[in-house]
Amino acid sequence: MRSVVPVLTVVAVIVGLWYAAAVGMNAAWVRDQAARSGTEVSFLDLVPQTMTQERPVLPAPHQVAKGLWDGVTGQKVTSKRSLVYHAWITLSATLLGFGIGTGLGILLAVGIIHNKAMDQSVMPWAIASQTIPILAIAPMIIVVMNSIGVSGLLPKAVISAYLSFFPVVVGMVTGLRSPDRMQLDLLSTYNASRAQTFWKLRLPASMPYLFASLKVGIAASLVGAIVGELPTGAVAGLGARLLSGSYYGQTIQIWAALFAAAIVAAVLVGIVGWVQAVVLRRMGMAR
Amino acid sequence: MIWILAALAFWIGTLLLNVRISHSRFSTTRAGRLVVPAIFGLTILVVWELLVRGLQVPSVILPPPSAIGARIASSLPVLWGDFVQTFVKGALTGWLIGCGAAVLTAIAIDRSPFLQRGLLPVGNFVAALPIVGIAPILVMWFGFDWQSKAAVVVVMVFFPVLVNTVAGLAATDSMQRDLMKTYSASYAQTLLKLRLPAAMPFIFNGLKIATTLALIGAIVAEFFGSPIRGMGFRISTEVGRLGLDMVWAEIAVAALAGSAFYGAVALIERGVTFWHPSQRRQQ
Repeated sequence: MRSVVPVLTVVAVIVGLWYAAAVGMNAAWVRDQAARSGTEVSFLDLVPQTMTQERPVLPAPHQVAKGLWDGVTGQKVTSKRSLVYHAWITLSATLLGFGIGTGLGILLAVGIIHNKAMDQSVMPWAIASQTIPILAIAPMIIVVMNSIGVSGLLPKAVISAYLSFFPVVVGMVTGLRSPDRMQLDLLSTYNASRAQTFWKLRLPASMPYLFASLKVGIAASLVGAIVGELPTGAVAGLGARLLSGSYYGQTIQIWAALFAAAIVAAVLVGIVGWVQAVVLRRMGMAR
Repeated sequence: MIWILAALAFWIGTLLLNVRISHSRFSTTRAGRLVVPAIFGLTILVVWELLVRGLQVPSVILPPPSAIGARIASSLPVLWGDFVQTFVKGALTGWLIGCGAAVLTAIAIDRSPFLQRGLLPVGNFVAALPIVGIAPILVMWFGFDWQSKAAVVVVMVFFPVLVNTVAGLAATDSMQRDLMKTYSASYAQTLLKLRLPAAMPFIFNGLKIATTLALIGAIVAEFFGSPIRGMGFRISTEVGRLGLDMVWAEIAVAALAGSAFYGAVALIERGVTFWHPSQRRQQ
């Protein structure tokens, strides 16, 4: 609660700076128009005109808010102009990919901690792959899967899955290894089998690490789904909105899509955080 | 058929070899720790090559590694031009500006607890957003050339580095700070001699995350418009022409550049934070 006032202040300052920047950056166009019609504009006339342009260089915050509001509530949900429709397309690819990536990631992590050969051969590559710009592969996956007859949701989900896969693997391996020597020794004095050690000690101990990775992974999934929409040439989804907005200079459309993506990301991370709080409290691990 | 059987045999052979090595004493040595992943990487390349030939996968879907290697060898000047355009001009410039600005901002807001409490949650929030999306806006503002790519990179790396640096500057405990106070050290002295060194592991954590983000930002920004060179431009146009071997060649270059960039930052980190427990040599 202590930080509510500071956060609000910072946000207010950002909005203020944004308005000032909007006036500054859009003024050139207003002055051009005035010079063309041979009139002078005073500063007081200039300000309102920078706030209401069709295609401003930098839309004012209220223009973006209006674009967002129109996009969400102004159209029918099924309309191609509705942001809900586009957000849902992106979100469904994100969630499918996140599910696949998380599942595979956990399976691989279980394999890695139980098999020494796998650990030594796969793990260095898993870490090295973090340093590779995986998004570079996105257009190729789309085109290749399209050429073998798979299109729509699945190619984007594959990219999402790829991006959420490695954070989960790395976090889960760390988590499954987090029980210390003493705890493992205790279980072996109980004569616990490997499976029992896994289910009763390693898996519960890995939960905080898993959720930390899931938060990274779901944000990465969303980025993957958005970038996966770019090379298909602007059909549907938030990425397509960004791309078509950039082709036709519709700045308000770009900013509205951008904020829609940001809201979706914040909600997704928030949901994962909420599940984390509930699960950890149920397991008696909440701090 | 013979290719597929060969692929299967090679895979089983190297798998058994790896299992044997990893259970022998050799695997605990430094060489062993390099050999096992190297064999695994080699296995993937060979099995890929044999399967592509055996199943006669058309090269517009997946070219064999040998074709990719030949393409890399035959188009080195193009690859070098793209590398300079995207990595050196776009990603590296943006990374330097963004990280420098983030560290300076972190030190500035460190002096005010009010700003710290206000900016940190906002920064954390922004760091989790799909910032790649601002690429079309910045391309509109800064033009098609590398300046707009550098701008995208600056915005992408700024918040992760900022959040990590602020967390790092808070890493010293009050006992250490009190000690500095009893020495009557000034703010600048405390900052330079105690708090910045203590913050280095956190700062480098941010810098390492930023290396990957920088390359991704520079490549994705080129999908929104670029001059006729650059890795992102080449990838998107060659995909359109189904020149998949060129795409894979660019991906190989991007992978090498990304790994080398990360490795270089990690090396500097080892030199700067040699005292930190995570840098101690493993027994």
